[in-house]
Amino acid sequence: MTAVPVPHRVVARRPETADTVTLHLEPVGAALPDFAPGQFAMVHSFGRGEIPVSVSSVQATGGLAHTIRSVGAVSDGLCAMRVGDVVGLRGPYGNTWELERAYGCDVLVVAGGIGLAPLRPLILSALAEPAAYRRVSVLVGARTPGDVIGRQEIDGWPTAFTGVTVDQPGADWRRDVGVVTQLLGRAPFEPDGTWAFVCGPEPMIRATARELAERGVPRDRIRVSLERNMRCATGHCGHCQLGPLLLCQVGPVANWAQAEPLLSVREL
Amino acid sequence: MPPSLALRMNHALPVEHRERLLRVGHEVSFRPGARMFDEGGHANRFWIIRDGTAALDMHVPGRRPPVIETLGVGDLVGWSWLYEPYVWQLGAEALRQLRAHEFDAVAVRLMCLKDPEFGRTVEHWVGRVLAHRLNAARARLVDLYGIYETKEPR
Amino acid sequence: MTATAAPAVLDRDGLNALVAALVAQGRTVIGPTVRDGAVGLAELASADELPYGWGVELDAGRYRLVRREDGAAFAHSAGPQSWKSYLHPSRERLWSADRTSEAEIAYTAHEPEAPSYAFLGVRPCDLRAIAIQDRVLTGGRYADDGYGKRRRTALLIAAECTEPGATCFCVSTGGGPSADPGYDLALTEIVDEEGHRFLVRVGSDEGAELLERTPHRTADPVTQQTARAAVDAARDRMGRALPPVDLRSLMGASLDAERWDDVAARCLTCGNCTMVCPTCFCTTTEEITDLTGDHTERWQRWDSCFDLDFSYLHGGPVRSSARSRYRQWLTHKLSTWHDQFGTTGCVGCGRCVTWCPAGIDITEEVAALDAERAALGTETD
Repeated sequence: MTAVPVPHRVVARRPETADTVTLHLEPVGAALPDFAPGQFAMVHSFGRGEIPVSVSSVQATGGLAHTIRSVGAVSDGLCAMRVGDVVGLRGPYGNTWELERAYGCDVLVVAGGIGLAPLRPLILSALAEPAAYRRVSVLVGARTPGDVIGRQEIDGWPTAFTGVTVDQPGADWRRDVGVVTQLLGRAPFEPDGTWAFVCGPEPMIRATARELAERGVPRDRIRVSLERNMRCATGHCGHCQLGPLLLCQVGPVANWAQAEPLLSVREL
Repeated sequence: MPPSLALRMNHALPVEHRERLLRVGHEVSFRPGARMFDEGGHANRFWIIRDGTAALDMHVPGRRPPVIETLGVGDLVGWSWLYEPYVWQLGAEALRQLRAHEFDAVAVRLMCLKDPEFGRTVEHWVGRVLAHRLNAARARLVDLYGIYETKEPR
Repeated sequence: MTATAAPAVLDRDGLNALVAALVAQGRTVIGPTVRDGAVGLAELASADELPYGWGVELDAGRYRLVRREDGAAFAHSAGPQSWKSYLHPSRERLWSADRTSEAEIAYTAHEPEAPSYAFLGVRPCDLRAIAIQDRVLTGGRYADDGYGKRRRTALLIAAECTEPGATCFCVSTGGGPSADPGYDLALTEIVDEEGHRFLVRVGSDEGAELLERTPHRTADPVTQQTARAAVDAARDRMGRALPPVDLRSLMGASLDAERWDDVAARCLTCGNCTMVCPTCFCTTTEEITDLTGDHTERWQRWDSCFDLDFSYLHGGPVRSSARSRYRQWLTHKLSTWHDQFGTTGCVGCGRCVTWCPAGIDITEEVAALDAERAALGTETD
């Protein structure tokens, strides 16, 4: 059966930054299968088109949240949605962060910009099971203090270490300034007993993953979320290829061992 | 050795050099908001942070000094003491309660003069720190988190 | 099982009867026919529309019809179209959405159009191409319903090759001029002093039933031997060949090759190679809204990895240079296709060579990449 979008109603809308909005969605009728952290939906804006968006919240009730940055016609349309409006969702698509593999290990979450959104459900899952993981650290980098997604809730997370750093601080910023990798020295983790989860702009992913590997985190335990153009999400359109990977099928999350050689080839 | 660790003095210097350096250092602490040095001042000291955060800032009249970068545990604070004219390029203050090893720059420069091998390892260490900060500053210049203008009209 | 029915022989009248039987069944019969100066594919009302007496002269960037004295129907090689035009059409509506009230949207799936096709004259390379598209479009976690529905009902009548073209290189891709299993019937055309006839082998129950309803005679040993010999001879008459190396590892090791700059200087990035390729499957989607603004449709259409928008990521294309786009196409075809779908993506039909307006020949490009790698190997030894 060709996947047709399933109507979902916007039940809450939270502006995150000047250009980013989180939409909380509930199914109008039948719900989609459960999403796992790391997976994405194809979100349809009526008359505009579809884009892939990772889930930034998964609720047991079938409700979902998507954090969307306005960068094109479809995302503009979605960001302009009001409570009560309807969007279409297909999914869940793609693989997951596979947090469960980090059982008994330190969990290091490194997010750049809107990259925090897909990591949010992973952070909440890890913190919900304090006995399952050793130390959970969350490192967030953003352009300005106003560009930190969900900044109201970050400091409430009971992590072993939470660091937020920005490129351009305002006058009132009393926290860190600089690239997100500089926070790595302050997070408590035993490199060879650590799983790292990284999402953000590709150069930030490369810099972070390289530094983690240099510090001794095994490359196959550095999980990064990758992004390419995506049309169908079902493995048939060919757009999301990154070398041998069809990202909608074997991604968007990949191990650094697998991703590093691919990301080092220009225009692959 | 990973570059990130090579920036740390205790990794960058061989044991013998490290111990010689630490012998001329002493522990200090700064309360939050305390100034460590100011732009244009004589660069006669440097620090390695043991705990807390320092912020490098720039003097702009009529404005609270904008923070350029923050430094944390293990980081070197100050490099102008190693190069002529030994004048601070930026200012620094303790952002949170700060504990650090403080070193007398004149003494260390003399040690470098007396023992070229010691001088080479110190310069190599500080050079790598500078290269790392330059790269980080460049990464921020690119404004990675911003939205690029579309290259083609769409 | 009737699929093991003995080989039969049809003459031209028999082939006419076969097509008539298919038409009578309500099948949409598609086959090669002369059109616009080429042997294209079109719906056939009768076998008389087959390109009897036409051959082709091929080269890189060149295609010419030529008259043949022998009147053969299947003595041309792959034309500009392939069967994907029918199984995986260039445009297809996926679903539509209607705004039923201020805050309600109803989505409707579209029943894929699936005529009951009979494909007459499917080349062995194209038979392999169909098997490859089967894997891509219906063999993964998700299936393309429209393709699957059309494919399941399509009847495949293969025509083995006895006249390979100058741009053919199927043998070097692991194929050959004889039809692999997967056909319902396989024809081998023979024109000699014994007459113009077609040896018919049966590949399925459905093929057997169809043959049963068509006037035919049991194949005599001479006809069978002649047919076999002609196909075997064709194996050695391929106009081109890919170098006999492990292409998968060659391509994987050639991502930084200088040859890509050379080919990029010639490539127009027009995407012709992807349009004529029988395995290229990439599509994009577009949203088409009517004037009321309350009805919108989602259409799928063929796309090409040579198009700049293909790799568009907020800000610009990931693959902006011609070098990277040609490399993507060729590397996918010969190497990463294995990673994604377990086979090569090239069947050696030669269409991309023939229909490239710049005459770029993938066998030549791969040979150059191989030579470059060999030269590098020598330097580092």
